[in-house]
Amino acid sequence: MANDPIHQFQISKWIPIEIGGLDLSFTNSSAFMVATVAAASAFLFLTTSTRGLIPGRLQSISEMSYEFVASMLRDAAGSHGMKFFPFVFSLFMFVLVANLLGLFPYFFTVTSHIIVTFALALLVIGTVVVYGFMKHGLGFLKLFVPHGVPGILVPLVVLIEIISFLSRPISLSVRLFANMLAGHITLKVFAGFVASLSALGAIGVAGSILPLIMTVAITGLEFLVAFLQAYVFAVLTCMYLNDALHPGH
Amino acid sequence: MFVTPGYAEEAAPAAGEVHAEVGMEHDAGHAKGVFPPFDSSTFASQLLWLAITFGLFYLFLKNVVLPRIGSILEVRRDRIAQDLDQAALLKSEADAAIAAYEQELAEARSKANAIGQQARDSAKADADAARKAVEAGLESKLAEAEARIAAIKAAAMREVGTIAEETATAIVQQLVGGKPDKASIAAAVKAAGE
Repeated sequence: MANDPIHQFQISKWIPIEIGGLDLSFTNSSAFMVATVAAASAFLFLTTSTRGLIPGRLQSISEMSYEFVASMLRDAAGSHGMKFFPFVFSLFMFVLVANLLGLFPYFFTVTSHIIVTFALALLVIGTVVVYGFMKHGLGFLKLFVPHGVPGILVPLVVLIEIISFLSRPISLSVRLFANMLAGHITLKVFAGFVASLSALGAIGVAGSILPLIMTVAITGLEFLVAFLQAYVFAVLTCMYLNDALHPGH
Repeated sequence: MFVTPGYAEEAAPAAGEVHAEVGMEHDAGHAKGVFPPFDSSTFASQLLWLAITFGLFYLFLKNVVLPRIGSILEVRRDRIAQDLDQAALLKSEADAAIAAYEQELAEARSKANAIGQQARDSAKADADAARKAVEAGLESKLAEAEARIAAIKAAAMREVGTIAEETATAIVQQLVGGKPDKASIAAAVKAAGE
């Protein structure tokens, strides 16, 4: 039984759509984006529908995620940052639910595609740039000139700051994409060992116990990574938004 | 995600068969062996659907879910603050009641002390008065008794002279015989008495 660890990232068309030469088909990726959004929305909507004064378990989860993101944003960007709360919360929930859904066997992981994570990262940086210039005008460029730098070092520091700013969307998107990709490939490879060793007979079945244990352990680790990457994505978003709100450091 | 039939690059025809019903031109891309995440032919579709789904998700959260959770939390915060206020109010009322009770207790205690003191004082005064009356009565009786004793004594002393005269008269009559002179005997007794 051959198994290709890359196949799980394959995109297959479910409903072919083509407009103006552009392939806009509804694919398995699209389906899982819809599933992600539907699952997250339904959970948040249904668990809070009773508006219990004393929350049940599920309502507590919704409230905890709300307060978790709210305190994250308030800590990083201050109370002014709360105007971005719906944005950061949507990003966090989208990435988290997409990561978690991807852990189900045979499910597609939306965030394992660089174009999706890069689009989300560009959305964040785009928001930072647009809001920064709208709020501060050219004062936003102070972001690149930290306080207290000796005059002679300013050109060098500005260059470094610009490079670091430009690398943000790349690091933000590659971090999430690479974590998801690598985790799923590892999982698939170890699970593949189980299958191919088992095909070798009794000794193979005995030998497949080790990769099976590894598969179980990595599955647990991947749940942690799924949450952690959503958290990291949201925290970095908060920090970048803080730059847009307070560019003078 | 786990063990699925493999699609190695040389197995492209198999992939083509499986995906035949969902689109042939796409499998042509796969057949070239492009790593799926870097297959730019899928980018437009992913971007479009990401924009649609994430946009709707954002709008739904922003307009429905987050205001609702926010209001739930606010209602709870208000309720807790209200309950705390209520508790503080009740506590201050209880404190006031305790203070009033303490004050009344102190007043009652001081009143009781005053009444006790008064009773003690009046009882003492009564006792004193009674004692004085008794003492006065005793003293008057004493004086009376002394006066009577003095009177009796005086009477007795007076009679002592008469008895002595009679005794002397009798003695003289026995010894001398005849009737002695009454006046001389009285003088003699008087002289002996002095």
